[in-house]
Amino acid sequence: MITGTPKPIEEILEMVEPYTNIIVAGCHGCVTVCRVGGQKEVEVLSSTLRLARESGGRKIEINELSLERQCDPEYVETLRPLLGDHEAILSIACGAGIQFLAEKFGKTPILPGINTGFLGVTERQGEWSERCQGCGDCVLHLTGGICPVTRCAKQLFHGPCGGSTAGVCEVAANVPCGWQMIIDRLKALDQMDNYLKLKPYKGWDVSRDGGPRRIVREDMI
Amino acid sequence: MKSGSNLEKVLAAGHFSVTAECGPPRGADPEHVRRKAAFVKDNVDACNVTDNQTSVVRMSSLAGCLLVKESGVEPLIQMVVRDRNRIALQSDLLGASAMGVRNLLCLSGDHQKFGDDPQAKNVFDIDSMQLINLARQMRDEGVFPSGEKLEGAPKFYIGCAVNPFADPYEIRVPRLKLKIEAGADFVQTQCIYNMNTFKRYMEDAKKEGLHEKVKILAGVTPLKSAGMAKFMNKFVAGIDIPEEIIKRVADEPKEKQAAKGIEICVEQIDELKEMEGIAGVHVMAIEWEEKLNEIISKAGLLPRPVVA
Repeated sequence: MITGTPKPIEEILEMVEPYTNIIVAGCHGCVTVCRVGGQKEVEVLSSTLRLARESGGRKIEINELSLERQCDPEYVETLRPLLGDHEAILSIACGAGIQFLAEKFGKTPILPGINTGFLGVTERQGEWSERCQGCGDCVLHLTGGICPVTRCAKQLFHGPCGGSTAGVCEVAANVPCGWQMIIDRLKALDQMDNYLKLKPYKGWDVSRDGGPRRIVREDMI
Repeated sequence: MKSGSNLEKVLAAGHFSVTAECGPPRGADPEHVRRKAAFVKDNVDACNVTDNQTSVVRMSSLAGCLLVKESGVEPLIQMVVRDRNRIALQSDLLGASAMGVRNLLCLSGDHQKFGDDPQAKNVFDIDSMQLINLARQMRDEGVFPSGEKLEGAPKFYIGCAVNPFADPYEIRVPRLKLKIEAGADFVQTQCIYNMNTFKRYMEDAKKEGLHEKVKILAGVTPLKSAGMAKFMNKFVAGIDIPEEIIKRVADEPKEKQAAKGIEICVEQIDELKEMEGIAGVHVMAIEWEEKLNEIISKAGLLPRPVVA
């Protein structure tokens, strides 16, 4: 899923300062699962904003709602009839959702209520970690199902570097060495042969470096 | 000769080689490099010039190499893949070769979190293994990785680093093998203190015949004090200093610890000289270049051979 963390309330209060009537929009997708942008978070954030504004003597009207997904036009369009009654939308969806609202609703300021994180997994309740950078050319079949681009702090294709100690990356004590994990898995799978091959230079053109990406599926259009 | 560098010639002639390193200054003062080069001169076959080591910003390695060269010392340019993409790396390889730098060490580079600018974007477009391969391809095939022909191939004696003390141990020798396959001509190791682990590494490398395919220069760093030894052992990833070595330094009074550190370093070089498959030593006297002459002289490695 796409993960995220709430923005500090002070930052959000500063963003909404010019407005007295806004929508706080959540999303039922990934951000609901990682508990940062669902209906529950919409309600908590809205209450906090109302209280803070009231105590400052400048009330704010808030319309609380959540869309099925903020990254799909059919759900985004359901907001259009409400635009005339509100000055801005504070979205707590991921960066994709926030931007989709902005491009659909040209004259309404769209404000980000969360900092979007990464493509990751739930390790346990309250803890998520990164798994994929969407680099456009998957090599997981060669690396034991563990991604060197995401899990190695240096994105090495022939790791580990000299900074791997007892399975821990030199970057931080709570970061496992991605290459130690790859090697452990390759051994378990009896695929160490994969390690002993020189890998070609990665084409970053299919990653973000090639510019904003687009997928067109002719069979679906 | 692949590069015609002095280091390559000395090693090819079968001499036990000596390299050292100079860290460029945290500023634009060329005198700083010249002072260090003066300490190095006549004591080594080539001198590494580090590339923003530990991600701390310093004068560029290429500029440092040119200053070292002007001072009459053969430079060895260190190049990390942390800060430059393949375009910049190729360009700097051409520039370095054009200016007469003939030795190259290909490195990943410490993660930027250890330096002045932990918020910097890291590059790692290619890794150090691939940089070795890139330099070899440009030198031997006269083409860019794109396949376009070079107007004059860069001439480098190509080196890589190995750390026999990092984990997991079992891939350390296979990884060296890969680096040789990629195009490494010589190796400089991480500082060796744990001789037992290093001997085991060399035995495993020899089983694969790697010592015959690549020139292995064993890295040593004299300890200035017990404090330095304890700090390195605890905080520097991939450094393994056995307790008995720390104790030998710590047992001395403070003012005599540096001399003990040098004594131990010379002992280590003496031991390495006798080890099969070791082609030389890489003496990293970190910010202590003034002691190089004493160390190398006591190790019986002076004068340095002159090979035509």
